[in-house]
Amino acid sequence: MQLSDRITGSALAALGAAAFIYGSKLPPVPGQQVGPSAFPMVVGAGLVICGSLIVFGIGRHFEEVAEADVVSHATPEELVPVPTWRNWLALLPPALLAFYALASEPLGFLPTTAIMVLLCSFAFGAKPKLAVPLAIIAPFMINLIFLKLLRVPLPGGMLPFPW
Amino acid sequence: MDTVIKAFGLVFQFDVMIAIVASAFYGLTVGALPGLSATMATALLVPVTFYLSPIAAIATIITASAMAIFSGDIPGCLLRIPGTPASAAYTDEAYAMTRKGQAETALGICLWFSALGGIAGTLSLMLIAPLLAEMALSFSTYENFWLAMLGLMCSTLVARSSPIKAIAAMLLGLLITCIGIDNPGGVPRFTFGSTNLLGGIEVIPALVGVFALAEVMRSLTERDPPKIENRKLGSILKGQWKLTKEYPKQQTRGNIVGIIIGVLPGAGADMAAWVSYAMAKRFSKTPEKFGTGHPEGLIEAGASNNASLASGWVPALLFGIPGDTITAIAIGVLYMKGLNPGPTLFTSQAESMYALYIIFILGNIIMIPFGIIMIRLASKVVGAPRSAVMPVIMIFCAVGAFATAGNNLFAVWCVAFFGVFGFVMEKNGYPVAAMVLGIVMGTMVEQNFVTSLIKSDGSVLPFFDRPVSSVLAAMTFAALLWPVFAWTRDWLKGRRRVVGGGGAPPPPQRHGPAPPPPRPPPPPPHPPPPRTKAPNGRGGGAPRRAAGAARRAAARGAAGARGGGGGRRPPTPHFLRKAMKAAIASGDFKRSPKWRASVAMVSATAWAEPRFSSILVRASDSGGRAASAFALARPASSAVPSSVTALTRPAAAAVSASKASPSISSSAAFFEPATSGSR
Repeated sequence: MQLSDRITGSALAALGAAAFIYGSKLPPVPGQQVGPSAFPMVVGAGLVICGSLIVFGIGRHFEEVAEADVVSHATPEELVPVPTWRNWLALLPPALLAFYALASEPLGFLPTTAIMVLLCSFAFGAKPKLAVPLAIIAPFMINLIFLKLLRVPLPGGMLPFPW
Repeated sequence: MDTVIKAFGLVFQFDVMIAIVASAFYGLTVGALPGLSATMATALLVPVTFYLSPIAAIATIITASAMAIFSGDIPGCLLRIPGTPASAAYTDEAYAMTRKGQAETALGICLWFSALGGIAGTLSLMLIAPLLAEMALSFSTYENFWLAMLGLMCSTLVARSSPIKAIAAMLLGLLITCIGIDNPGGVPRFTFGSTNLLGGIEVIPALVGVFALAEVMRSLTERDPPKIENRKLGSILKGQWKLTKEYPKQQTRGNIVGIIIGVLPGAGADMAAWVSYAMAKRFSKTPEKFGTGHPEGLIEAGASNNASLASGWVPALLFGIPGDTITAIAIGVLYMKGLNPGPTLFTSQAESMYALYIIFILGNIIMIPFGIIMIRLASKVVGAPRSAVMPVIMIFCAVGAFATAGNNLFAVWCVAFFGVFGFVMEKNGYPVAAMVLGIVMGTMVEQNFVTSLIKSDGSVLPFFDRPVSSVLAAMTFAALLWPVFAWTRDWLKGRRRVVGGGGAPPPPQRHGPAPPPPRPPPPPPHPPPPRTKAPNGRGGGAPRRAAGAARRAAARGAAGARGGGGGRRPPTPHFLRKAMKAAIASGDFKRSPKWRASVAMVSATAWAEPRFSSILVRASDSGGRAASAFALARPASSAVPSSVTALTRPAAAAVSASKASPSISSSAAFFEPATSGSR
């Protein structure tokens, strides 16, 4: 996840340029000089400037000061880098949310969230003794809160709710 | 008077009371769990507020955020892990008190002064807001535009990162608000043919993604916090009144700083705590006691972060400009509940405003009994396994966003996207708070910007020639250019010293950022810090491989630093003089020994002050290598011992030694003070 400033800066500059060009092509409001294109163009131009400054490493110095400060306040064990695969594991929760968005309607709320809880809690290193009961109980509790108390229409799917 | 009675009537209702009590426990629990922030607690509350009455909705947000900010101190005191980022500034101090066997006092200070600070913040809200409201009534779109810009610039200025990255993050937020048809021309912008994007990106799913899902992601990449031990705590509030009378100045200063930082848009409780802790140290009569379990800094910073909470509502209520990330969420709730922010709120909805004040005061009063209950339960709550808490939070993110965005699954995609986005931004030094502020304020900025331009027929002159707007514009540009100024001043100072080097030693500077100090290499893992019960003389589990000499020097160093306590400056200890002689003999030090000693002593106790620690490296540029060794070896709890080990050898050797085995000096330093202090 750690990208170099060159990459993030040029990505920002490219995004800003795209926003500027896209904004300049927006249709104006008839009879007015300023319309919907002004703001994206200003913001896009700003992003291009900031992106290029970041590419050239300007302002990096402030960041280093802040980083050194954080390091000085951290306990030694906090600074030990975690293995790389742990960093990739961080993508699991968003992937599970995407799974929810895709599967909750055909599958239903309870099975979908049970799978999500199970996987997520294993990713956090839970033993089956904890993860399995949690995956059974938590969806029911959340369902009860949101469906009954807050009246959010959660999808029933294959396994309709018992209430 | 009539409105006040009405306001009491609004607050003292069954549903509001239930909401306050429930959200108090919710806030205390979330705050006490390491890795979950107060902002996250608030973001996950939003779907619940949908179904509450307006006053109850506001009450839940106020109570939960205040409780979470206090409760973040609990794991800080007991485990040396801040429960919320707002406690990070003084976690070391609180933990040092616990190690000295004063866990009750430390927790009591956090609780008592948090409550007092919260009440002071509320009083400021009651005083400032109506005064500013009268002024704000005369503002037109030009002033509102500059005010919003000033808010955005402040948020980039206070971010603890590169100002350019902060501005870039803020602009990203503004760009995100461009999506959709909610714009002056009513044309679809950046929608790429998607009907879901037509309505724009909703603020709450984006916030839930950035603040809640990203936290879950981050905690997956971190290790489990150590287990808390079940300790018997005595009376929590004992002695607090005495401390209140002993440190009135610190407390007042903490409250005032907290209030000012709260009012500044974008800067919240964590910033308030950092600034207050540094202030407490700078103005203290006994700065050398800081970091050894001294109540002064704890009082000031603990009061400050809670005071900033209430005053953060001032710009939120008046202009819709969030004072911090918590009020960024609260503004959304205010709109939802028909309490649209603006100066007229204070006249048209006066009783609601009074009700808000009452809730704040009430919340801070019940913080004391509820906080005591939470402290007693802490070992159970803090010990809750992450593998059980985090999955549930993830589900709450999905369902909560779904519910707030009109039961649309697109919101879940938004949460996932912003979770990844926020996570990557944070990892690369882009402050997410600035982006969030951009998202919250983007529509307002654009509306005021375009309306002003239409009014002026495309001319930018009226932005500057109205009196109030010219002042605001000047302030905005000052905020924009401040980093440039700070950097230039610093650079000039550095140059001057290089030119005039070798002459009289310059006094150690206290301002401005310094050249980048070298980053310490990550030390190899070693057991968690010892608790108070660690056997005397041998810091429980201190690595045996720590060099004997380093340990002895460390012990003596700590004893020396402590021995001189009691208000007066500690004398230059024997070991330090010896060390300096050795260093001077080796030719690495050309400056007067006295100055060197003073720098060493000050720096030894000044580790906690963010700026000062980095200045140290610069202050001794000819002996820069020694200073680097110093910074490398600077451990978390006390710098004296490691500085000694660094100084006793020729500096170059010290550098390589501490680079090769950072754990030796740092862990020796880390363990010894506790044991030698108790002798």
